[in-house]
This record gives sequence, structure tokens and C-alpha cells, in this order.
Amino acid sequence: MTKFPTPAIDWAALSPELILLGGAALCLLVPLFLPDGWRRHFCAFVAAGCFIGAGAAAILLFHLDDVGVGVVADAIQRDRLAELAQIIVVGSGLLTVGVSYAYVLRERIGEYYTLLLTAAAGMCFFVAASNLMTMFLGLEWFSISLYILCAIAVEELVSLEAGLKYLIVGSFGSAILLFGSAFVYGATGKIGFEEIAAASGTADHLFLVVGLAMIIVGLAFKASAAPFHMWTPDVYQGAPTPVTAFMSAATKVAALVLTMRLLVTAFPSQDNLWTIALAVIVCISLAWGNLAALVQTDVKRMLAYSSISHAGFLLMPVAVGTSLGGRALMYYLIAYAAMSTGSFAVVAARERELARPVTFDGMAGLGWERPGLGAAMTLFMFGFIGLPPAGLFIGKFYAFSAAVDRGWAWLAIVGAVATAVSIYYYLGIVRAMYFQPAQVRVAPAGGSPPRDVALGTSVLLSVVVTIGSFVAAQPLLDIARDAVATLNFPH
Amino acid sequence: MLTTALIFLPIAGALFVWIVPWPTARAAGGTALLVALSELVLWVNRALNFDFGSSGLQDETSHSWFSDLGVSYAVGLFDFSLWLVGLTVIVSTAAIAYGFWTGRERMGVYLGLILFLEGATVGVFTAQDLLLFYVFWEAMMIPLYVLIGVWGGPGRFGATIKFVIYTLAGSLLMLVAVIAFGLSAGTFDMAQLGENGSVWIFLGFAAAFAVKAPLWPFHGWLPDAYREAPPEVAALLSGVISKAATYGFLRIALPFFPGVVSDWRTPVLVLASIGLVYGSLLAFRAPDVRGVIAYSSLAQMNLIVIGLFAVNDSGLSGALLQMITHGLISAALFLLAGAVERRAATGNLGLLGGMARGRPALATVLITTGVIALAVPGSSAFAGEFLILNGIFTRGWGWAVVGAVAIVLAAMYMLRLISAVLHRDPGPSVPEAALDLRPAEMSVIVPLVAILLALSFWPAAITDHAFGGRPSGSVSSQFVGAP
Repeated sequence: MTKFPTPAIDWAALSPELILLGGAALCLLVPLFLPDGWRRHFCAFVAAGCFIGAGAAAILLFHLDDVGVGVVADAIQRDRLAELAQIIVVGSGLLTVGVSYAYVLRERIGEYYTLLLTAAAGMCFFVAASNLMTMFLGLEWFSISLYILCAIAVEELVSLEAGLKYLIVGSFGSAILLFGSAFVYGATGKIGFEEIAAASGTADHLFLVVGLAMIIVGLAFKASAAPFHMWTPDVYQGAPTPVTAFMSAATKVAALVLTMRLLVTAFPSQDNLWTIALAVIVCISLAWGNLAALVQTDVKRMLAYSSISHAGFLLMPVAVGTSLGGRALMYYLIAYAAMSTGSFAVVAARERELARPVTFDGMAGLGWERPGLGAAMTLFMFGFIGLPPAGLFIGKFYAFSAAVDRGWAWLAIVGAVATAVSIYYYLGIVRAMYFQPAQVRVAPAGGSPPRDVALGTSVLLSVVVTIGSFVAAQPLLDIARDAVATLNFPH
Repeated sequence: MLTTALIFLPIAGALFVWIVPWPTARAAGGTALLVALSELVLWVNRALNFDFGSSGLQDETSHSWFSDLGVSYAVGLFDFSLWLVGLTVIVSTAAIAYGFWTGRERMGVYLGLILFLEGATVGVFTAQDLLLFYVFWEAMMIPLYVLIGVWGGPGRFGATIKFVIYTLAGSLLMLVAVIAFGLSAGTFDMAQLGENGSVWIFLGFAAAFAVKAPLWPFHGWLPDAYREAPPEVAALLSGVISKAATYGFLRIALPFFPGVVSDWRTPVLVLASIGLVYGSLLAFRAPDVRGVIAYSSLAQMNLIVIGLFAVNDSGLSGALLQMITHGLISAALFLLAGAVERRAATGNLGLLGGMARGRPALATVLITTGVIALAVPGSSAFAGEFLILNGIFTRGWGWAVVGAVAIVLAAMYMLRLISAVLHRDPGPSVPEAALDLRPAEMSVIVPLVAILLALSFWPAAITDHAFGGRPSGSVSSQFVGAP
């Protein structure tokens, strides 16, 4: 019997994923043996504990690793970039648990938290991918979890529709990514990112470029950058709001971090192509996302278009392909993830009060009825515009700086104009919350719901991160710098 | 350290007023007023100990904020910024006291927002780092948006959105300019930034300042915002916030872009001259009290820009004096407009009139303020306008002619306002029983007028205690770091 050589496995590098998967197994199995009333609490606490544990593991690894090494036969990369991305992902996961705690799921509580944990685990795996195969595996891993999560409220048609739409369009994106990977493999004969870079000199140029283009398209699907965003508004609107909160933050983190890692590591000599391609995607995302958001009446749908426009802002520092850009991206993601989860959390709270989808009119009076949530939402909205005192202000400042530093001041001006457009709809929320008296008095279904402490805590944590990242910018920027220190940027 | 206290005392006070669950609205309002008064005491104390002999930066604090791009928390006071901080503190205190007496709804939130606005404005006048300046500049926007949007008049929705989009469109261009300027110099610290010759960067800054001031033709937001805002917010907006723009010209545009400024002097002066005459004419035709004050404010701000772009001793001194004077005048006028509107329930000049009869205090205060505003010889506004015209005369007598014409127009619109409100037969909207100025209102407005009278007697209090005595020299050397 021949012994198949197995690679040495660095269990420590996989510890965040393993913790999350362990929690997923617990959430799937244990509730079967628990009485009805306990399941919700058990699953939420296990999930929160696992997110905290995975975060602690990632923080510890971040502390230990000052160089990047390929582990498990170079299939995944153990470096600070992956670890910081994992910290942000599990952080949004933790906030999502708070948002989900009071969410009524009937029999599917165990499945819900299981899928939330596996999706996060998939993202943690995905951001560390260092060859085309693990990249695709990670992508499908978290995508499949998200497809089901979107449809988890099966008794609601919109949720089912969202799940189905995401499944079809998302699979299309994955297929393009896989097809592109095949082209790249065909051209270079390699699947490792660094090996592709080394072999690209002798590769068939046409195949390689076509493959690169298709990979960018596939990743842009996941990052919901225009013109590959078609699924985003419908899915964000239809999916249960806690799921949207998680997706809007964590999926973006995963997709953008891996986009940067892939382009910088595997295609450094094609940078004249992908920097321009990404800059075009940035402009389209900024234009389309902002203009379409202007005419929305549903708050979740508006936030979906806002997330498309932020995909543009986030891709801007990736497009310039500099180390300053890398720092800008990682810092921006920290603030953005907190604000995005937090804003959807406020929408979720309002949705539970109204027991129907939240429109702009549905937000009327929220600021005075729930001062805490209203103040938090105001902070998030002003922050999304890029006004102090939100961390996104410094994020935008860095993103624009990266563009100007590269000599692309025009890109920064496009960003400034897009921001000016976005003022209208972000402030529309503030206007609804404070300026309009609740004219159409929407009677809360079954009286005012009890104070939701878990959700409030999530919103409070988001606020702390939002303001904290503004005040303590230096430590976070140091972390962002350490995270991208192992990448060799082409510029 | 003291500068930091001046910035953050009102902001901390605002947070305190917001968070504490006050038993009554008066308790919240009283606390806010107390915070504003302690800020005033803090400033007076600072002004008494200020060394006017040197034109350099005093009370500087500097901490690195994020180092790889060279951004720091750097604040400090120049002698002329001390005066602008003083204007902010005095007018904000008056606004808070006025809001307190009139008993606005949700008093704590309302006055807290004004306190926050005060802190941010002081921040703009003291920031010595470009990005920090930008942060405070944007921070002024947030409270103003809510103040006008929640407590404003019936047209407030349109007014706020117009105001915000105009000002943010300008300031986002400034953000790009800040980045381009700071990155090219490797630091954002104003003390280390050298001169720059880029037209585009200058225009980015100028866009933000031109909208905020506002310079003609960027004033589209002004009439609505000034009409719809509560009177004390309009007082702050036209009295103080607009001065942030002229301060920006003075602190950033003139010192760092001397070459561009002299190349672009003529276009800027043309715009400002048009704005001066256009604003004065509209003020003369405006159908309501607030309209007159709003357009006269537009005209005065353009006059100040003319003084600044003369870039000589007389023009700069005059511009600074006029910034302070106009700030006090328009604050007092807007508060008086509020008093009139409370009594007549309208600001429409056609429905007002005859309010002087039996209301001596209102008549005296309004006439005194109006006469100073129309720059009667001997008033501080006259001193400021004279210095500005004197300064611009050396750049070309034609500009001074335009300015002199506008001063005549100022007399016309101010006298029209005074006579339409106070004289003639009692207007249909003026109830017989409408009271004279109440002691509470007097206690807010009279101090502003008293300061104006004091400055009329002694304008040198400001002109001799600013720029270390050498305005143009200090603009070209003191404000700029070694290149």
C-alpha cells in the first residue's frame, strides 16, 4: 500500500476557522436536545462565544506573525493581512449576533446560527487563500452559506426570492471566476499566486489577460461593484435584515481583501491593466450607486445602493496599487464594517417596531422616539458621507490621498463629486428621523416591543468603533500598515 | 492647553446637556447657558493675558494624530484669531441666551447643538493643521443642518438640503485641495507648509470659502437658509459661520498662494464687486426683514473679500475690523428680527410699521444698530469700510468707486428697513398690545450693541491689536512656514 504524502498542517493558522466550525457543529446538534425556550439563548451565546474566540485567535496570530508564510502546502497564507481581515469579519459576525438575538426564527434557530458561523469561517478561509483552488473553495464555502441565509425566512416570499436571486447571479459570478482561473492556469500552468507571478513572463499573454479580466469580474460580483451589482439591491432588501447586516460588512471585507491580495501577489506585472480596469469599475460604481440611491424609498434598498457606491470608494485604494492604498483599504474596512452593520441594526430595530419594511417615511420620528438609535443612525449617515467624527472620514481621506499620491487626482475628484451626490439620500434619513413628525402614525404591531438590549449593545459597539477609529486613528493605521507590509505593491 | 479648553469646553458641555436626563427644559437650558457663560469668561481671561506685541502663534498645542501622512492635532491662537474666537463666543452666548428665553422645544438638544457649533467654530479659528481645520469646518455643518431642519420655518426642508449640498460641494473640493497640498509638502502642519503655486489647489480652497462666505454667484443657499432658520441660528450663521470663510481666505488662501492670489485678484474682485452691488440692490428690494438682513450680509461679506484681496495693511485691517463689526451687527439685527416676528407673527415689511410708537426700547436698539450698519461716520462699520476702501484704492481706484456706491446703497436699505418697521402707520399685522423689548431680550441684544458702540469709539482696539501691527507683513511671513 503506497502511502499518499499529506502536507503538514498548521493548525494554529486555521484556528479561527476551526473555532467557528466547532461552534457551527454545536449550534446544529445541541438544540435538538434542548427545550424550545432555551435554543435561542444557547445558539446566540455559542455563536457570540465562537466569534469572540475566533477573534481572539486571530488577534493572537496577528501579534505573533510579523512575516507572511505559506502553510498547508502553500494553499493558504498565514500573514497579518489575512488575520486583520479575519478580525473584521468575526467582529461583524459578533455584532450580527446581537442584531439576530431578538429575531424570530421559529424552528430554524440552530440552522441560522450554524450558517452564520460557517459563512464567517468560509470568509476567514477565503481571505487567506493563496492559490486559485483555495480561493474558489473559500468563495463557494461562504457563498453557499449566504445563499441559504438569505432564504432562511422561507415563509416570506421576498426572502425566498432574495435567496434564489443571489444563488443564480452569485453562481454566475463564481462560474466566471472559475473560468478565469482555468484560463490563468492554462496560460501559466500554476495555481499558486506567487507561482503565477513568476511564470507569467513566459505565459501566453492573451489567455492570461482574459483570465485576469474574468477573475476581476468574478470578484467584483462578490464585492457588489457596478456594473456587476445587479443582485445587490434585491438581495439586500429581501434578505432578513440581520443577514443583510452581516453580508454588507463581511462579504465586502472578504472580497476586497482577496482582490487586493490576488492582484498584488499574482499579477504584479500586469498592473498597467488591472489598475485601469479597477479605476473604471470605481467610477461606474460611484456613479451608478449614488444616482440610483437618490430615488429609493426603501431604506434597505437605499443602503444597498450606498454599499455599491462604497464598493467604489473601497476599490479606489486597491486600484492605485500602492502600499498607501493598501493601508487605506484596511483602515476603511474597519470603519466601514462597523458602520454598515450598525446602520442595518437600526433598520432591523425599526422593522420590528413597524412589523413591515422600513421606508423613509417609516423612519419618521425615530430620532425622538428612540434617542439612542436615532443618534447612532445620524452618526452613521453623516459618517457614510465622510463627515467627522466618524472613522470613515479618515478612511476617505486616505483613499483620496492614495489616489492623489499616485497622480490620479481626477479619481479623487470623482470621489468628491460622488460624495456630494450622496449627501441627499443620507441626509434624507436624518431628515425623516428628526424633521418630520411621524405624520402617518404607524401603530407598532402589538404595542411597543421591549427594549432590545442585545441589539442596542451591537449598535453601541458600532458607535464605539466608528468614533474610536476617528480619535485613535494612529494605532489602527499602524495595524493596517503591518497588515499590508508583506505585500509587494507594484507602485 | 487653553486653546484646547476653548474648543472642547462647549463640546463637552453639549454632550453633558444631551446625555443627562434633565427634569425640566429650563434646567437643561440653564446648564447650556452656564456653559456658554463660562466659555465667555475663559475667553475674556485669555484676551486679558494675551501678548499683543508679537504676531506669532500663542498657546500652541501639537500632538501627532496620524504620523505617516504628517497629520497632527495642532491648535493655537494668533492675535487676529483671538478676536474671531471672541466674536464666536459672544454671539454664541447671545444666541443661547435668546433661545433659552424664547423657550424652544426640546431645549436641551437645541442649545446643546448650538454649543457644539460654538466649539467647532472655535476649532476652525484655532486649527493649525490643514486636516484639523477641515474636520472642524465640516463639524460646523452637522449641527447647523439639524438646527435649521428641526426648528426652522415652514420651508426648512428645501432650505436645509440646498444649504448642505452647496456647502459640502464646496468643501469636498477643499478636501481634495487639502490632500493635494499636504501630500505635495509632506506635512499638513500649517506652521511647516510653505508657499504653493498651484492654481488648482488654490481654486479648491477658494470654492469652499466662496460658498460659505458666500461670494457672488455662490450664494444660492443664503436667502432660504437665513429666512428659515430660527433667528438665533440665523444670527450665528450670518454673524459667525460666514466669518469662517473669510478667515479661510485670510489664513490659508492669502499666505500660501501669494502668486496665485495676485494672478487671480481681478476675477475675484470682479465677483466680489458684483456681489456687493447685487446684494445691496436686493436688500433694498427685499420684501421682508430677514431678506434685507440676509442680502445686506451677502453684500458685506463681499466687501470684506474685497478688503482681503487688496492684501495690504489697510485692506487687511479693515477686513478684520469689518468681520467683527458685521458679525455683531448681523447677529443683533437677526435677533431683533426675531423679536419683531414674535410680536407681529410676520416679517413682511408690507404688514409691519409703526412699531416705534410706545416701544421706545425696540426703536432705540434697532435704530442704533441700523445706523451703525449703514456705516455712519464715526461708527466701527465706517472705520472698517473706510480702511477697506483705502486699501483697495491702491490696487485701482475703480474698485473703491464700486465700494463707495455700495455704501450709499447700504444707507438706503437700512433706512428703508428702519422706517418700514418702526415708522409710518401701524401695520396690519402689528397688534396694539405688542410689547416693547422685554428685559430678557434687552439683556441679550443690548450687550451686542454696546460692544459695537465701544468699537465705534475705539476701533483701534482691534486694528492696533492684530497682525502684530503689520498685517501684510505677517500674512506673507508669520503664517507661512519655511519653504
